[in-house]
Amino acid sequence: MASINPANHGLRLAVRYAVLSIIAVVFLFPLVFMIMSSFKPDLQLLQDTGSLRAFLPVGDLSFENYREAFERAPVWTFVKNSIIVTGLTVALSLFFCSLAAFSFAFLNWHGRDTVLAVILATLIVPFETIAIPLLLLVSKLPWLGMDGIEWGWLNTYRVQIIPWVADGLTIFLFVQYFKDLPHELVEAARVEGASWWQIYSRVVMPLAGPVLATAAILKFLVMYNQYLWPLIVVQEESYRPVMVGLQYFFQLNTAWGEVMAYLTLITVPVLIFYLALQRAFIASIASTGVKG
Amino acid sequence: MRRKATLATLAGALTLVAGTAAAQTELTMWYHGAGNEVESRIINQIVDDFNASQSDWKVVIESFPQLSYNDSVVAAALAGNLPDILDVDGPVMPNWAWSGYLQPLPIDESVIADFLPGTKGYWDGELYSVGLWDAAVALYARRSTLEELGLRTPTLEEPWTGEEFMAALDAAKASGKYEYAFDPGMAWTGEWYPYAFSPFLQSFGGDIVDRSTYQTADGVLNGDAAIAFGEWWQSLFAEGYAPGTSQDPADRDAGFIDGRYAFQWNGNWAAVATLEKVDDLVFLPAPDFGNGPKIGAASWQFGVSATSEHPEGAAAFIEFALQDKYLAAFSDGIGLIPATPSAAAMTKNYKEGGPLAVFFDLSKEQALVRPVTPGYVVAAKVFEKALADIANGADVADTLDAAVDEIDADIQRNNGYGH
Repeated sequence: MASINPANHGLRLAVRYAVLSIIAVVFLFPLVFMIMSSFKPDLQLLQDTGSLRAFLPVGDLSFENYREAFERAPVWTFVKNSIIVTGLTVALSLFFCSLAAFSFAFLNWHGRDTVLAVILATLIVPFETIAIPLLLLVSKLPWLGMDGIEWGWLNTYRVQIIPWVADGLTIFLFVQYFKDLPHELVEAARVEGASWWQIYSRVVMPLAGPVLATAAILKFLVMYNQYLWPLIVVQEESYRPVMVGLQYFFQLNTAWGEVMAYLTLITVPVLIFYLALQRAFIASIASTGVKG
Repeated sequence: MRRKATLATLAGALTLVAGTAAAQTELTMWYHGAGNEVESRIINQIVDDFNASQSDWKVVIESFPQLSYNDSVVAAALAGNLPDILDVDGPVMPNWAWSGYLQPLPIDESVIADFLPGTKGYWDGELYSVGLWDAAVALYARRSTLEELGLRTPTLEEPWTGEEFMAALDAAKASGKYEYAFDPGMAWTGEWYPYAFSPFLQSFGGDIVDRSTYQTADGVLNGDAAIAFGEWWQSLFAEGYAPGTSQDPADRDAGFIDGRYAFQWNGNWAAVATLEKVDDLVFLPAPDFGNGPKIGAASWQFGVSATSEHPEGAAAFIEFALQDKYLAAFSDGIGLIPATPSAAAMTKNYKEGGPLAVFFDLSKEQALVRPVTPGYVVAAKVFEKALADIANGADVADTLDAAVDEIDADIQRNNGYGH
């Protein structure tokens, strides 16, 4: 067996770090460009795009684009709406999809595999193909409100949340993870007389941290980036999310600095959310082999 | 005693206000100007003035971003959720009327007798929409460029011929001073292509569809004139006169201002901002490629939705909005061409001798509305793709033939679109 040559090891390490650095730069440059551009006036921003200056905090820097972005659009309303819709959808999705997955992984019932196969088959159906039928459906659905029964869900938070709570990918992630858990744990709990709900809530879910993080991040990204669905079901500004709000900045003469300022503002929640859960996310991806 | 009298007056005033509010029937209105502060301020002012001017109707406005406005309206129409008053882009109006989103506009047409032709939306012999402004395109140039290159300044009466235009591009190219001689605006995809470039085709003698029947594009989009247009169009890119489809939007915005492009094909909406940065900017009329100089026409217009239960109220608002003072306010605010000469005279840019007055004349003299057919929505996209393909080197005749097939198939699928 050949011994490790310290010189070779150092070289290999240097190459590895060089490659990783290049990849990091490729991924970071768009973010750096966005943030730097958000502080520059339009003309300078456009002129800088042809050189490395685009990535540097040089020239006439100010918060003017941010001030103008807030004047152009109700930015905080859009951010608030996206956080409400995304937060509630993620929470409900984790609960209901994990419950469904628990049933698929641990309970024996007639037709279980067929139902799971049908759910997984929905993964290949693009949302665009069901958008119009879904629109027609939600525009006629009833809702029990403070003033009695209302018809139609348009222009509400619920129309942006409820259709997205359950989805095939999240259920699949939970099923895969649950199947890898030692079934002896569940059997032991059954022998001890635990109910299925107790097993779900006290045995399985406490062990599901990594898959919860993964599912939460993937769902968060899907929901935070929603565009088509809110575009067609929300006509009132007070319910619009951030991605529809982005359109406010594309006028006949686009104010690119304001676009970058707005994008910077709406990217912050995503980065915070991802950074908070990234360790568990990576652990889950590594363990399940699932790529988002 | 005095306190009692004050309270009584206040109560009386509140009753009056409440009475007025209760008497007003609410009309909903959708508008495409969200994100444009100036436009929003003016349209909100019109709404406020209208609501205060009478006691029958109260308009409530909801603004949408322009880029997603049409999708929102189509979705709302499917869901049965249209407002009373809609604004609609001129070339899209026939499609919305044919699709049953709009109803004929019940206003006194003598009110719009002197409006620019492009501001009146007629479909199937009936008025469906009317606009407060129009838009026009011109050839942006610097006076110094014309002088340095020894070029004649074209006028409305005597525009450049196609040969003169190409000679101007040759001179600019040969000077070596410019990255490109001509910027048609390839970075602005979407409606810009048919709006800005189909007038070149029409000046060659072709068109997007045959306007005599609206049942086919055969012969007009792939005839001799169209092929001549396509070859000219391709030469602009193949011979390095113009940046192609990969043009960066940033270059589109800054290329002419920075002096990297000698001539730019651009709209009046960009004129004020460009004037601020280019001292000797001039707006030249479209060149004449044989069948007269042409530019596009028709911008955003107001109409009444087919589902409105109060078309008379919606029409009352639209008629109210057509006052010269509002036409002038929009023009001064966002730089568009006011619909009437009397409103133009009230504006800072379009009054006689104003810096943009030429656009009013261009709109009046050279404007040709895009094909007035519900099928335009599809034909425009087919045309856009064909022009991009030709610019990228596709065979001209084959590409235009394919475009004709696609447009004709769509017309047949829709049973001739009601023509």
